[in-house]
Amino acid sequence: MKNHIWRPLLAALTLVGLILLLRLAFVPDDFGVHERGYMYGWHRKGNEAEWQAHPIKYKTDVYCKECHPRKIEELAKSLHAGIMCENCHGPALGHPEDPPTLTIDRSRSLCARCHSYLPYRSSARGQIRGINVKTHHPEADCVLCHYPHNPQPYRQRRQ
Amino acid sequence: MISRRAFCRNTLLILGGIALPLTALELFDPKRIEAYREDGAKVRWVFLVDTTRCTGCGFCVKACKIENDTPYDAEVSRTWVERYVITKAGETLIDSPHAARDGFLSPGIDQAERGIRGVDEEEIAKAFFVPKLCNQCDNPPCVQVCPVGATYQTADGVVLVDRKWCIGCGYCIMGCPYGVRFFHPVHRAAEKCNFCYHRISRGMKTACVDACPFGARKVGNILNQDDPVTKTIMTERVNVLKEEYGTKPQVFYLGLSREVK
Repeated sequence: MKNHIWRPLLAALTLVGLILLLRLAFVPDDFGVHERGYMYGWHRKGNEAEWQAHPIKYKTDVYCKECHPRKIEELAKSLHAGIMCENCHGPALGHPEDPPTLTIDRSRSLCARCHSYLPYRSSARGQIRGINVKTHHPEADCVLCHYPHNPQPYRQRRQ
Repeated sequence: MISRRAFCRNTLLILGGIALPLTALELFDPKRIEAYREDGAKVRWVFLVDTTRCTGCGFCVKACKIENDTPYDAEVSRTWVERYVITKAGETLIDSPHAARDGFLSPGIDQAERGIRGVDEEEIAKAFFVPKLCNQCDNPPCVQVCPVGATYQTADGVVLVDRKWCIGCGYCIMGCPYGVRFFHPVHRAAEKCNFCYHRISRGMKTACVDACPFGARKVGNILNQDDPVTKTIMTERVNVLKEEYGTKPQVFYLGLSREVK
């Protein structure tokens, strides 16, 4: 065949070869088709371990119980039994080393998440005692009168 | 001068060469066959949302944002809670202020550019809350559209995003029929709920499940017959979102109303 065919063909093949070499250098070894097949499983396998290594911030009540068993027992008997410690006390990651104390959210808006009155009788919200946040002692924090670990409104009102 | 015979022969040869796909030149890899084998799977994570228990407190959203380092004040979240208020006139009002990160404190419904809409108690026919998160579909359209293999499904059914591999084209964000994907403002990559893969892989529950005070959210393994979540899905009247899309979503809902989209 003629020179004018071989020369561009050679140039094209060199380019393809170069791209394949670059691909070899840049694409990691674990990149390929994995468990879920070509359509859904085409990925870098090492990324799964990267996600699994993400730090756990919310340690749950199992972790809190190690040092604060009485608080957990008290809460477990109360109406607030379903609320985990870290919802109000913040995530326990690093505690007690760093931070030594957790920042407690005592704000009205935290309690209002469930206790601000919404007229939704068909939802679970309608079964919770609700107040109007704007008129129900707006000057005070809820925890001034209500004990969040064992909220019993009638008993507290007498005290 | 080229003859007719030579011209036809060469044309057919060249066309045949072009038609030969590049994949045919790839060496045979037995792992590829193994990849299609269905046996051996012991874990398939699924989610169960009981909308009848949800009070819209938003503790799940708060916990999710902190646990997964989603910028707290940015208007993005891996999970969110929607409020549905259906009036007696037949109107459906939906909102999710700041993804319900701080819950629902006022009865006014945020209608974007139309302002806050107040609805009288007598006007409400029904009102409820619906938590939303990634459905970890069995046929994830977001994975199909990824041009670089940055998003994928693990053997246990969770769809993950490789932040180092994502080029930020945004196809997956458009491809998801449930709108669960967004751009992570810090990592500059596609971001989505991954059932707290770091937690479920270590035998824990997701952050939102732990944070929910009412048991409205549950995570389980559908391949384990003794799992309470599996039992509920198999015996109760559960529903999924947008079944007509054929994505086979794996987040099951109890008490879903027809207004929920």
